[in-house]
Amino acid sequence: MHVPDGFINAPVSLAAGAVAATAVAVSLRGARRELDERTAPLAGLVAAFVFAVQMLNFPVAAGTSGHLLGGALAAILVGPYTGVLCISVVLLMQGVLFADGGLTALGVNVCDMAVVTTVVAYALFRLLATVLPRRRSSVTAAAFVAALVSVPAAAGAFTLLYALGGTTDVPIGKVFTAMVGVHVLIGLGEAAITALTVGAVVAVRPDLVYGARGLAKPLELRRADGTVIEPVISPVAPRPVRRLALVGLLAALALAGFVSYYASTSPDGLEKVAHDKGIDSKAEEHAAKDSPLADYQVKDVGDARISGGLAGVIGVGATLAVGTGVFLTVRRRRSRAAAAPAGSEAV
Amino acid sequence: MGAGHAHKLYRHARSPVHALPPHCKIAAVFCFVLVVVATPREALWAFGLYALLLAVVTAAARVPAAFLLRRLLIEVPFVAFAVLLPFVAQGERVTVWGLSLSESGLWGAWNILAKGTLGVAASVLLASTTELRALLLGLQRLRMPPLLVQIASFMIRYGDVVTDEMRRMRIARESRGFTARGVRHWKVLATSAGALFIRSYERGERVHLAMVSRGYTGTMPVIDEVTATRAQWTYAAALPLAALAVCLTGWMLT
Repeated sequence: MHVPDGFINAPVSLAAGAVAATAVAVSLRGARRELDERTAPLAGLVAAFVFAVQMLNFPVAAGTSGHLLGGALAAILVGPYTGVLCISVVLLMQGVLFADGGLTALGVNVCDMAVVTTVVAYALFRLLATVLPRRRSSVTAAAFVAALVSVPAAAGAFTLLYALGGTTDVPIGKVFTAMVGVHVLIGLGEAAITALTVGAVVAVRPDLVYGARGLAKPLELRRADGTVIEPVISPVAPRPVRRLALVGLLAALALAGFVSYYASTSPDGLEKVAHDKGIDSKAEEHAAKDSPLADYQVKDVGDARISGGLAGVIGVGATLAVGTGVFLTVRRRRSRAAAAPAGSEAV
Repeated sequence: MGAGHAHKLYRHARSPVHALPPHCKIAAVFCFVLVVVATPREALWAFGLYALLLAVVTAAARVPAAFLLRRLLIEVPFVAFAVLLPFVAQGERVTVWGLSLSESGLWGAWNILAKGTLGVAASVLLASTTELRALLLGLQRLRMPPLLVQIASFMIRYGDVVTDEMRRMRIARESRGFTARGVRHWKVLATSAGALFIRSYERGERVHLAMVSRGYTGTMPVIDEVTATRAQWTYAAALPLAALAVCLTGWMLT
């Protein structure tokens, strides 16, 4: 999926480059938190590992073979920030040294292959890891699902960039169907291999797998007669808020995705009335009527019901992302405001 | 262990292009590709002129044409995609040799082929005239975050080591009679990938400890500071400026 030069026009390439640069800057900070001063050697060697693993060919059927993309694998093994960094560095080196993927398309490539795959895979992995029972097999299962979804998600992100700045006028619906269709198949292979690889590492060195850190049992101290010594520091109890949020999210997705499938397509009450009484004759069309999600239908997706469901899921996702972003910003600002007086006292 | 000193993409020679400071070359190539991408696709002659410019640089760098052409093969997958475009795109149809093709699809295919090939050729020229270490130093000079440069340099330095590790594991598998034939053998290959990850990560920890014991504090000292004179910048800017002139003419004429 390495995009060459000239596939996406110059303005969108530059914008994607800016987004990619921001994502890399954020990851640089985050990776320092994940690895502290070991960042450079460890992230470098993991990048070399991803680079090597992309050369490992997996035979599919007689004659054909595929290889791993590695975004989901890196995110689960070393954490999302380091994962983004490693894949970005691999893409940068591939672009500069091997001319694989255009230089101006570097931003586009980093956006959809490094950022989208890693972030989607890790978010999904964390979500599943909290829901599933704490066992080794659930880490493998979560890795499977995360990798499976991450590849079509990257294809979807590519389609979005293509819709914004594609240089050919192939209809978006066709591009979307072709890209996502092919990448669901690729995703199946990616998922199987990622799950098997994560399983192999978890079996030998579970402490190395970033995504399985909560798996280890706390140390149990026993006296000579076998009685257990009560630990002094009790582990933090899981907060009920998290479970509530999770159930809410699942319910919202289920409603948006599946229930809207069966929802009535006739106009809602107000629209109906307005239409009957002729009061909407002057109503102006909404400025975003040409947006790909206008009228809660995904453009160019044929079946009205599937289209509505898809739009619902995308809408819930986008709302959640914006909401979480606002929440985090507010919380950070508040905690900073709370920390400021304490800091000034110390000085 | 002769690996790791020079990558096989680099072609050693003494030429004015090799002698240029790396950050000038990177900036020049990047601007050139950007100008090429911004050129209107209807200006067919402009792309011919760009190819001519690159040919001049190739001659000045003493890179054999056959070497350059062989390295261009990397874009074959996208050529296949471009060939499909005239069949799936919308718009007016034209009949060529009895086939009904989309006119805008033909333009799109031409656009991708021309710009993609020029971009690949420019990057190949950069990689074959610049040493790897110099390339990384050049990126650092262009204000890429030092941490990112360090990660990249570790990746390049240990890339061969990790790849060799993988090759040894493959030889070990094959000497035990294993040949991967289908989906049933994925488990074995994935286990190898897992083992490779553990070995790479542990090697990373050992490398880090060795570095700390030699006084590493989180940044690498830069010993040879490369600076570029104004003359060198002007020399490097010749390529993108000539391309810009072509591009502007292209916009005015179409």
